[in-house]
Amino acid sequence: MKSARPVTGDPSAARPVLDAADVGRALTRIAHEIVERNHGSGDVVLLGIPTRGVSLARRLGARIAQIEPAQAEPEAPIPMGSLDVTMYRDDLRLRGVRPLEPTEIPPGGVDGKVVVLVDDVLFSGRTIRAALDALSEFGRPRAVQLAVLVDRGHRELPIRADYVGKNIPTSLTETVHVLLEDIDGRDAVLLGPADLPRSQARGTAAEEMTR
Amino acid sequence: MTTLPRHLLSAADLGRDEALLVLDTAEELARLADRPIKKLPTLRGRTVVNLFFEDSTRTRTSFEVAAKRLSADVINFSAKGSSVSKGESLKDTALTLEAMGADAVVCRHGASGAPHRLANWIRGSVVNAGDGTHEHPTQALLDAFTMRNRLGRIDELRVVIVGDVLHSRVARSNVLLLSTLGAEVTLVAPPTLLPVGVDTWPCAVSYELDEVLPKSDVVMMLRVQRERMYGGFFPTTREYSRRYGLDARRMASLPDDAIVMHPGPMNRGVEIAAEVADSVRSTIVEQVANGVSVRMAVLYLLLGGAFIESVEAAA
Repeated sequence: MKSARPVTGDPSAARPVLDAADVGRALTRIAHEIVERNHGSGDVVLLGIPTRGVSLARRLGARIAQIEPAQAEPEAPIPMGSLDVTMYRDDLRLRGVRPLEPTEIPPGGVDGKVVVLVDDVLFSGRTIRAALDALSEFGRPRAVQLAVLVDRGHRELPIRADYVGKNIPTSLTETVHVLLEDIDGRDAVLLGPADLPRSQARGTAAEEMTR
Repeated sequence: MTTLPRHLLSAADLGRDEALLVLDTAEELARLADRPIKKLPTLRGRTVVNLFFEDSTRTRTSFEVAAKRLSADVINFSAKGSSVSKGESLKDTALTLEAMGADAVVCRHGASGAPHRLANWIRGSVVNAGDGTHEHPTQALLDAFTMRNRLGRIDELRVVIVGDVLHSRVARSNVLLLSTLGAEVTLVAPPTLLPVGVDTWPCAVSYELDEVLPKSDVVMMLRVQRERMYGGFFPTTREYSRRYGLDARRMASLPDDAIVMHPGPMNRGVEIAAEVADSVRSTIVEQVANGVSVRMAVLYLLLGGAFIESVEAAA
């Protein structure tokens, strides 16, 4: 599967590029950048792309609430949700169908809001293209921004991220594993070997998705 | 990864994982109904043919809505007013549709096994939308989906299916699917309306509705199919209704959270009393809405992915 979705294969064969403290610092910086760029967090809606983007969005929301105390009040938490892009992908015919993930749009909707899409790895850009299509079905945001934990390059579409945790130069065959506390038990970003067989990579990705 | 077989001809084609994949997918797709734009681009450029040799309102419309919500092109073909009335055979009709580039054919036919024959003649996916007295797998899927929605599970549910089992494709598909999913199914019918060999089905059989009802989580009433009845299966409609019809008194003997289902169309006053059909336990309207979600899931899982390779392999 040549998508931005990371593979949770055998992490022992992969070498760490970010440890837990690095992931935490990157998220804190992105949270500050989001608040700074948008002059506060009033109109911001965080939408994570399943699975790990949702977890990252949740953590960004918690950090923004700390930075902007007004947002920490229970009546005005940062609106947060998830956006499944499966039905909008352009590679279903090539890669086969996949199970769907939940889409939760916050009650306030996205009209007139600044939507920050959150994903773990930015790779070809095709997931984000699909996310933009999916998003347009729910309304017309004032602006759409993109936050990713890792940008590994190799874009195939004119898409770039507004907030990047870490730029990691990779070869096309390498795999980037993003591990997150609430899903994988620890925070880390691992760079997997180039020789991981495609079939094996696909199999493990499928396991990850059916979990 | 779990994938569906190329055709959906029988509920027995689905193992537990495949059936759950359909139900889970349908659950996400059901939420499309809450969106302002109830449409997904996933099957853009695919063609779905509804090939209906028998009358149908809800199944044909349901498949049509499902395909259109996934952006597929839909061609409705009904035997009336087509070349079938000039004597064209099923095979020639199928090959004509094949030549027009159908990616999926949704087939309803009065002859049991017609979709199986069709599957050998065309390259696209075939979905059985009811063949004779044989099977109706998407109905079973939507029934299972409705049960899971209302009661939270299917495993170990006690499901009783009442009525004209002999002529019912819904009953057969439901028995097969529900037993795959771990439910305990009991068929209740007069002996004349049970098919030969029912003892080999993965279910129990009873002739006494009143004994079974207090131990049921789901009661599914079947329509008395007069159009398929050429003999005396029971003395009078009134007697059938008295022994096997679900009225308010019988419904009261059900456990508190039990639900009442009917695949439709209903004969009110025969197998189900109007007050039962309109009660809060009744899922009859939900079943129709769920039918669209389940059929979207089936079309997505059959057509969305890489079936091109399997066609080439078969050729």
